[in-house]
Amino acid sequence: MATSVVLAGAEPDFYHTVTKRKGILSWILTTDHKRIGILYLGTILVFFHAAVVLGFLMRLEMLKPEGALVEPQTYNTFFTLHGIIMIFLFVIPIVPAVFGNFFLPLMIGAKDVFFPRLNLFSWWLFIAGGILALTSVFLPGGAADTGWTFYVPYSIRTTTNVIPALLAAFILGFSSILTGLNFITTIHRMRAPGMTWFKMPLFVWASYATSWIQVLATPIIGITLLLVIIERLFGVGIFDPTLGGDPVLFQHMFWMYSHPAVYIIILPAMGVVSEIIPVFARRTIFGYNFIAYSSLAIAFFGSLVWAHHMFTVGMSDTGMFVFSLLTFLVSIPSAIKIFNWVATLYKGSIDLDVPLLFVLSFIVQFSIGGFTGLMLGALSVNIHVTDTYFVVGHFHYVMFGGTGFGFFAALHYWYPKMFGRMYNKGAAKIAWLLSTIGFNILYIPFLILGYAGMPRRYYHYLPQFQTLHVVATVGSWILVLGLGIMFVNLFLALRNGAKTSANPWGGETLEWTTPSPPPLENFDEIPVVTKGPYDYSKYEKAAQEVA
Amino acid sequence: MTEHAHQHGEKAHVVGYGQYILIWAGLMGLTGTTVALAGIELGRWVIITALTIASVKGFLVLNIFMHLRSEDRTFRLFVLVAGVVLLIFICLTFFDYAFR
Ligand SMILES: [Cu+2]
Repeated sequence: MATSVVLAGAEPDFYHTVTKRKGILSWILTTDHKRIGILYLGTILVFFHAAVVLGFLMRLEMLKPEGALVEPQTYNTFFTLHGIIMIFLFVIPIVPAVFGNFFLPLMIGAKDVFFPRLNLFSWWLFIAGGILALTSVFLPGGAADTGWTFYVPYSIRTTTNVIPALLAAFILGFSSILTGLNFITTIHRMRAPGMTWFKMPLFVWASYATSWIQVLATPIIGITLLLVIIERLFGVGIFDPTLGGDPVLFQHMFWMYSHPAVYIIILPAMGVVSEIIPVFARRTIFGYNFIAYSSLAIAFFGSLVWAHHMFTVGMSDTGMFVFSLLTFLVSIPSAIKIFNWVATLYKGSIDLDVPLLFVLSFIVQFSIGGFTGLMLGALSVNIHVTDTYFVVGHFHYVMFGGTGFGFFAALHYWYPKMFGRMYNKGAAKIAWLLSTIGFNILYIPFLILGYAGMPRRYYHYLPQFQTLHVVATVGSWILVLGLGIMFVNLFLALRNGAKTSANPWGGETLEWTTPSPPPLENFDEIPVVTKGPYDYSKYEKAAQEVA
Repeated sequence: MTEHAHQHGEKAHVVGYGQYILIWAGLMGLTGTTVALAGIELGRWVIITALTIASVKGFLVLNIFMHLRSEDRTFRLFVLVAGVVLLIFICLTFFDYAFR
């Protein structure tokens, strides 16, 4: 199916289709899901690089125990902005908004998403939220210094620009809800004939589960942030204890969204991994049903574990027991995925190409993130390491080592489809090597530092921690070098990369049956699906014959 | 382009003004009850009563004013899922508050 379709020159690709509007307007007013995906990619990468710079500066600051670079208040705004941008403007939207938009309709054989105009509106909300977040930095009053978690009562009392930052997160939440709604409807209504639920690619399953979390959990953070704004403006005692409010209630409501957000962040990246592994192992995915169901299970159980962020705030013992137990349970579906991926690789004809290399980093790093998460889910260990670098190391392993690398994998996997050109693979492999090495040199010391008692967000630290801080900072230099090579390489390939075919990797899912880049309406004719998404039986048969 | 692809069967869900006014009066009555109950010391039943009344009101608004009852099954199921998830969230929170 994959190799037989050649649509030579029948239709121009979506970049070159004649549209009503010209130039920049043909982009910012487009309703084409592919153009919207590219818009998201461009804007999110700007935010990502800004937040990388902030992280880089924070590491320089940590070179000396007494501070090396900036004032303490500046450092507070650095980690706040780094967190807000990385969470709300990078890891949450990156895979669903970019690759979900571009590839979800292609993978189910549809011409677009179900609500194309709503899709454009979501992007505009995203831009509005992003701009508001950035303006809050430069308004009088100074950038917010609460950390990305906006904990009360400090977020009610600080004089910095908390309200614009809260509003920005609120608007970004709406963008996320609408994207989720769009994807759920698209998956229910727009599948090509023959594409039953269990013939859907696993990336679509992951996106489906993610979309449900986006729709169900995001409103909670929306109302919570609004309540903080109301409390700041009108002094209504909701969260501030001096007014009769309950600060623990804020933490409950904040994490009710923000823990499921971890799964909004990681599930789509897991979907990417499930796509890439069968293609580069030339094998049908092992345990398709289990991977599909585990996405739903992660979405459901992952929504019920939020209070594991609050084991030291004075919750009831019953509450701590229940949330610790649920946290352990959610590791089961995650582990199912890891086992199935590894089982797919086992005895496959592995082709160690660039996307698979990033996926292998993902598997190792996400596993470290997951296991340290279990350590944190255990009450006894949690109390010891709460609010230390151990926590920071843990969630960077999940968010950056997992989703960040999942994003790099997706970008290198789908780049030829999105842009019709292939990047320099040698440079991409160097970038992979440097970023993987740099990442681990940066964050392994975090885990050790935290276990030894280094608190997070501190400006000064005890001299005995310096060696590990210096090691981590050197790691950040290697990582940034790797990222630099990666993005320069991809950027140069936009113009100079060799033209590529419809299916350069030999993938079996529907997006590879249409030209690279695809025409405006994706397919000449809506495909009729007759077999599962990862049918590599011809390779498996050939392998048996050779053996 | 696809927004109108799904023409859901326009069933006759025209309801008389009388019913709307009746439901509206009922909602106002329930709001009054909530306010009145707020003045009475109910102990740990405060939240349960308030949430129950609010749920009944939400149910009425969704079904009558937002025409949920004349929507198709899938759609009603989706709203039900959202409601159940919210219920679970609230119950789980009380593993903390109820056992302090
Ligand atoms: Cu969590």
